Amino acid sequence: MASVSLRNVHKKFGPITVLESIDLDIADGEFVVLVGPSGCGKSTLLRSIAGLEAINGGEIQIGDRPVTHMAPKDRDIAMVFQSYALYPHMDVRRNMAFSLNLRKSPAALIGERVAEASAKLGLNALLDRLPKQLSGGQRQRVAMGRAIVRNPKVFLFDEPLSNLDAKLRATMRTEIKALHQSLKTTAIYVTHDQVEAMTMANRIVVMSDGVIQQVGPPLELYDRPANMFVAGFIGSPTMNFFDAVIVRGAARLADGSLLPLAPAAWKEGREIVIGIRPEHLHFADQGFPATVTVVEPLGMSTQVTLDAVEERVTLLALERPQLSPGDRKYLTAKAADIHVFDRVSGLRLN
Amino acid sequence: MPGQSLLQRILGQTGLYAAIACYVIFALLPIYWTIKISVTPQDLLYSEGIKLWPSRMTLANYTSVLKATDFPRYFLNSFLVSVTTAVIVTVVASFAGYALSRFRFRGKALVSLVLLLTQTFPLVMVIPPIYRIMGQLGLTDNLYGLIIIYTAFNIAFATFLMQSFLDGVPKDLEEAAMIDGCTRFEALRRVIMPLTLPGMGATVAFVFTAAWSELLFALMLINSESQKTFSVGLLTFVSKFAVDWGQMMAASVMALIPVCLFFMFLQRYLVTGLTAGAVKG
Amino acid sequence: MTAITADNLALQRQADRRRFLEPWLYLSPALVIIVTVLVVPLIIGISYSFRKFSAFRSEYVGLGQYRAMMVDPVLHDALINTLWWTVASLALQFFLGLGLALLLNQPFHGRRLVQGLVFLPWAVPIFLTGLTWAWLFNPLIGPLPHVFHAIGLQSEPVTILADPSTAMWGPIIANVWFGIPFFAITLLAARKSIPSELYEAASIDGATAWQQFTKVTLPFLAPTIAITVMLRTVWIATFADLIYVMTAGGPAGSTNTIATYIYVSAFKSLDKGYASAIAVLLLVLLIAYALIVIQIRRALLRDV
Repeated sequence: MASVSLRNVHKKFGPITVLESIDLDIADGEFVVLVGPSGCGKSTLLRSIAGLEAINGGEIQIGDRPVTHMAPKDRDIAMVFQSYALYPHMDVRRNMAFSLNLRKSPAALIGERVAEASAKLGLNALLDRLPKQLSGGQRQRVAMGRAIVRNPKVFLFDEPLSNLDAKLRATMRTEIKALHQSLKTTAIYVTHDQVEAMTMANRIVVMSDGVIQQVGPPLELYDRPANMFVAGFIGSPTMNFFDAVIVRGAARLADGSLLPLAPAAWKEGREIVIGIRPEHLHFADQGFPATVTVVEPLGMSTQVTLDAVEERVTLLALERPQLSPGDRKYLTAKAADIHVFDRVSGLRLN
Repeated sequence: MPGQSLLQRILGQTGLYAAIACYVIFALLPIYWTIKISVTPQDLLYSEGIKLWPSRMTLANYTSVLKATDFPRYFLNSFLVSVTTAVIVTVVASFAGYALSRFRFRGKALVSLVLLLTQTFPLVMVIPPIYRIMGQLGLTDNLYGLIIIYTAFNIAFATFLMQSFLDGVPKDLEEAAMIDGCTRFEALRRVIMPLTLPGMGATVAFVFTAAWSELLFALMLINSESQKTFSVGLLTFVSKFAVDWGQMMAASVMALIPVCLFFMFLQRYLVTGLTAGAVKG
Repeated sequence: MTAITADNLALQRQADRRRFLEPWLYLSPALVIIVTVLVVPLIIGISYSFRKFSAFRSEYVGLGQYRAMMVDPVLHDALINTLWWTVASLALQFFLGLGLALLLNQPFHGRRLVQGLVFLPWAVPIFLTGLTWAWLFNPLIGPLPHVFHAIGLQSEPVTILADPSTAMWGPIIANVWFGIPFFAITLLAARKSIPSELYEAASIDGATAWQQFTKVTLPFLAPTIAITVMLRTVWIATFADLIYVMTAGGPAGSTNTIATYIYVSAFKSLDKGYASAIAVLLLVLLIAYALIVIQIRRALLRDV
């Protein structure tokens, strides 16, 4: 187990910058999720930590050892790949024992560790099978087992669940989290799925265009996104955005309706964007007008799509409103639930 | 296929099998004819020259080739040269193919182009200089000289072949191995090599076939009876004993056996290996 | 702090160097062999083309050999023969190979066995291919003259290899026999890697079998076709063994190609200089051809 710290890491592929001065400290035992749209550099960052990509500058430290120029094998890490990367010519047992065999660990210890890991993951019955004889979920477990067996300082996960179906993904998500809670090994987990990020992480790192946008615990990112990118990326259904102008301490939307803002030193006439999460919008007697277009009952809640102020708006209602397409309603939100961003920089203002 | 009448389907099937039969007959006729003449007794050779199978069979041609000529020696020479060449080429081409398959580096396109262009070198052009160099090194009339030349001529194609097989092995696997504690070379040896064994087998067989077939260099570099390869031996046999058809055919059939065996093994992997590589473009 | 930074720089430089060298390390055995055994002799061969050789000595003659080449009627005929030999062999090999590849892509009983049998000619050593076909054309022991006579192609059952007007067909047929599997194997592999959804989509859109072939199969095979045709052209054009074994360039020079001519002129007349000059001509033609095909292939790859 160890902490991981990145100092001013950058990386280019030819003329394209994929990582731009990344600074990040990950505490011992933490579960950190790197999340972002595809091409944002999250996988490159993970592979740089693993040593599979060479970085063009900066330093990487695992525990108290600088590893920037070390080969992957000397970094004492384990990695679970999206494709699982199980060795097709070895059975499950040999797959799991491979790293310990390379280290020339005593046979008794290897047997013990493999048995321990396979018991933990329910792989006992599969030890003599080849990877091609396993289902997707089983392969996933073997990949996990291979990582656990070596008891590394850090676990790295590269989108390990994206090849599984939705149901299995949810199960494995819970299992990985439980596993982390029992092993307490530092873990860095890459995904493009913000639900995985929210549910699994101690801290989330949101990336875009090779830059860290925000780092924080899931709920902090959800409640106080640092900019419009994070606000739009975290949360499902996504946040609603409206262009607005400050008028006497309130936000005036394009159609002229006013929404109250929490008191602050707002500069009159400032051009802003306000963001409201779907569950924070509600129907009221006044606010801004909207026309219902689609009603989707989800059981626990109801998702309503409306047209308002030249925007498509999503509303999540916990009650079951009686609505039909074409209904005209007024929408509003509490001042405390409204996120305010600068229209040019996209940075949070409140 | 739906939407086709029964008649159309029958005609289609008949056409398919007829076309296949034509190809099989064309492919096998020369081989069949060689075998047929090799077992025809001397006295029936001309009288039954164009019969599909002789009325009597004999293995005398085979025994006399094996006992009375130097063919067993030629056979052994060819075998040694071909196996050695095949093994060296496959190892060297595996490394080169690995470099082309796994690394991005400056000059890679140039290396590929040079490899491709070596295929355009007219053999006849490099023969005189090679002959001179080999002479100075004392490698004329010597099997080592042949091995060196065959190796050089087969590396380019074998490299492309191995590159295409290696492209079919996911990169994740060696990365996993490198994280698990391998150096890059260990990952190549412990994970990538075992997975490309069929590809390496196909390459060995391909090069073996090419070396076993070669004539002109062997003809030029080899003079003494003890160093002759099968192709040279057979050709001198032809000019020396031009009348003994039966023995010549028997010798030919024996020359065919090892390559055909190798090839039966190779052709399946060739198609699948090239397919896997082609998928990745 | 400065010490650490300097240390780091050294490490960084070391890592960069390793990264730079690693691919070349893996390539080096292949490159060393190719350079010493092919490229160096090639350069020496080119230098020979500026000299004149006789039994015991050689002298520098500048472009003399090239000037002699210009007015050599045998070379002129050999060029035409080479073109004819290459184009005819290649076209027949290619179309028959493509046909075989498409047939082998169909499901039928015994396909694996058939595949093994029809690919077999490739395994037959070239000199044996030549000898065997020469025997098949021999009226004493071979069936073909009698077949040709029976169907009226020949008035007498004689070997076509002895008649200057037909002799070239002998090596061409042998070459086609030997070369079909090469095209069939590579094209079959390329055909198998075309996703079957494309054909399903095309047939749902109402494409006929012929349209599927021209609109889906051909465009996908085009890059493979370009590269295999190129390699094959080069091989056939420089390929002397088969003709050497079957006719040795005769009768009356009717099967003399540039490759056999170089061979004859290098080893029979002892003037390596003249042979090398002709080889340079052939090399230049082939490299130009190869570069053009590579360009065409690039264009094709961009389109797909």
